[in-house]
Amino acid sequence: MSMDGVLDLPAGGPISRQAPPAPDLSLYLREEADGRPAMDFAVEGIDCAACIDEIEDAVEALPGVAAARLNYTSHRLAVAWSKAADPAAVFSTLAGIGYKAYPFGTDKAEEIERNISRHLLRCLAVAGFAAMNIMLLSVSVWSGNIADIDPETRDLFHWLSALIALPACAYAGQPFFQSALRALRNRALNMDVPITLGVMLALGVSVYETLHHAEHAYFDSAVMLLFFLLTGRYLDHAMRRKTRVEASNLAALKAETANRLDEAGAVTLVPAAAVKPGDRVLVRAGERVPVDGVVVSGRAAIDESLVTGETLPRDVVAGGMVHAGALIHDGVLQLRTTAAGEDTFLVEVERLLERASTARSGYVRLADRAARLYAPMVHTTAALSLVGWLIAGASLHQAMLIAVAVLIITCPCALALAVPAVQVVASGALMRAGVLIHAGDAFERLADIDTIVFDKTGTLTAPEPHLAHAGRLSPDLLAIAGRLAVGSTHPLARAVAAAVPGATPYPEMREVAGCGVEAEVEGVLARLGSPEFCGCWDLLVATEDIDASFVALRVGECKALLTIRQTLRSDAVEVVRRLREMGKSLVIVSGDRPVAVAPVARALGIDAWQGGATPADKMAALQRLAAEGRRVLMVGDGINDAPSLAAAPVSMSPIAAADVTRAQADLVFLGERLVPVAAAIAVATKARQLMRENLIIAVIYNLFAVPLAIAGFVTPLVAAAAMSGSSVIVTLNALRARGAPGIGAGEGAGS
Amino acid sequence: MNVLVYLLPMALGLGLTGLAAFMWTLRSGQYDDLDGAAVRVLGDDDLGSPAP
Repeated sequence: MSMDGVLDLPAGGPISRQAPPAPDLSLYLREEADGRPAMDFAVEGIDCAACIDEIEDAVEALPGVAAARLNYTSHRLAVAWSKAADPAAVFSTLAGIGYKAYPFGTDKAEEIERNISRHLLRCLAVAGFAAMNIMLLSVSVWSGNIADIDPETRDLFHWLSALIALPACAYAGQPFFQSALRALRNRALNMDVPITLGVMLALGVSVYETLHHAEHAYFDSAVMLLFFLLTGRYLDHAMRRKTRVEASNLAALKAETANRLDEAGAVTLVPAAAVKPGDRVLVRAGERVPVDGVVVSGRAAIDESLVTGETLPRDVVAGGMVHAGALIHDGVLQLRTTAAGEDTFLVEVERLLERASTARSGYVRLADRAARLYAPMVHTTAALSLVGWLIAGASLHQAMLIAVAVLIITCPCALALAVPAVQVVASGALMRAGVLIHAGDAFERLADIDTIVFDKTGTLTAPEPHLAHAGRLSPDLLAIAGRLAVGSTHPLARAVAAAVPGATPYPEMREVAGCGVEAEVEGVLARLGSPEFCGCWDLLVATEDIDASFVALRVGECKALLTIRQTLRSDAVEVVRRLREMGKSLVIVSGDRPVAVAPVARALGIDAWQGGATPADKMAALQRLAAEGRRVLMVGDGINDAPSLAAAPVSMSPIAAADVTRAQADLVFLGERLVPVAAAIAVATKARQLMRENLIIAVIYNLFAVPLAIAGFVTPLVAAAAMSGSSVIVTLNALRARGAPGIGAGEGAGS
Repeated sequence: MNVLVYLLPMALGLGLTGLAAFMWTLRSGQYDDLDGAAVRVLGDDDLGSPAP
């Protein structure tokens, strides 16, 4: 292929790889409160505390930059300019010190989550303040009741407690009240209904008691209850928010931008969301196709493994269809957009998803199931003790008090903590092992499974291809290949570059789009690229490996062919062995060709495998397993896996998966290794055991405390001690989830 | 009884001060980057004149 075939488009204006189009980033710019322009960047490659200073100092040194602040938790950099914004300078500065940055626009959902999280923290603070101060007053009253407190002082203390508790509960109880109201409006009961009722009644009775100068009030119980519950809810929420942050960073890293061509053929880099059907878009080697479209001109090999699971590149020419998410291997394409953004091929998949997720509604949250059983029981018990005491001849006032005592003591404090406390601790353990959780009830379902269905591409194999047989190449040639590869954005070149750590690009390098890169090395021309480009066609004919992609290298007259293939995740064999030892049966269902699946199945020792499966085939395979009575965990990453992930009882996907797929997964795991899958199952099994223990503890507590309350023996001191005692035991028991076996191996799996 | 007249407002006042301080820290975004806060404290860039 000659040089003049390099850029045969667009017709209107010349473009070259040396001068990338000016990016139009106005969509990402926002205005600070004081009117200065500002922009957020997602930064890749931050791994130590020293990065903070390095990045902030470098960016702040740029002219016009007023402030740069790096968030080390979310790996985002906020830059504010004093006058006109100049994002391009930030990109090049960061690239100069070795970090990749991407424009980042905060999405609505994340903003909402952030507000909820802040609201929960405010509620928690108010409840904490109220709990501490009311306890201060209550302990004085309790000790005073035993010693000699003036009735006037006691009344004063009770009134003060009311003054603190009533507004505090009205504020801090909002999350529960709103949720209970929503449930009641839908004619359902959730755990928040008895909580709300308990808090309201405890407050109501306490006010009544206070009005009648009684010895006891229950303001402390109500506030403490809210404080404990809010702690659990906040931690639960914080955990899910972390997953979302991680995911939306990744979405930014996937660079959802498009090269839009205008009438004259000039290229502008715009966010993918700004592309409309009918727009012409340019995609080049190494880029992901941002839209669904028809090829207008150009020719390229595209890798659709994220869309279909097929790893062999497909050739497309003018008139062919390309789907969003496909990766361009070589060549340049000009597309006419048929669907963009929300209307892409993904919508079809999403329709499948909707159908699939209804299949899961059979699994109800454990806590809600408990609430459905428990809430009527609490109310009936309280009502029965009221009637019982009335029949036994007690006064209405006395019977009422006893009934309320029963309601308060059975108020699902320990029971409500039993499950969430374990969830919080276990999620923390999982996060350290590199697993993030989407669905709160995933543990219960994950602990149940006996069969694991794996997708192949990107799940069992590493998300990025690797250079195979690097050892066969002489070290000199490999070093040259590495230095050439660093200068290219092509995915295959990236794989070569990864095999030569620390390679620096040659100063004078030219990238020939669709062909490769070349440079002068010690007086001879060195080329890395397609076999045609390097004149190595003869070498390619000699090999019969159909499962790999090839990159050719030519230095002077010295030629070599580098094999790039999808390799197994580094620890796949060991993890598969461990899963088998745990008694799980393993299945591979892949969209890739059977020829490509067989060697992977053989290497892992998995007998049950199926290749060439469409998304519908995958769902059928799951249904077959379900019909056999198996409880299945589905692990997959492709868009073609999304429906089966939604249909499976519980699902998991790597963080590198397609957005729509990751959204369906109950759990998402980070990093290059497969061990988080095994760790997640180990933690879930342990967590379920602890949840059961906790429920038993809570039930036993109620078995002892409730009869005492019904019999009318319970004083507030006893109730408070019993209630917080049972809560503390349950929480301490939950802490044991930290030490679940099999987590340690996952250390360092995080990104 | 008389001590309560100033002890109670003092106790509540202290509690309210803590609550107000917390709300302020929350509003000024001090919980947005907990991991960063843990490592930034080790930085020496607040020592004034840079080391020669």
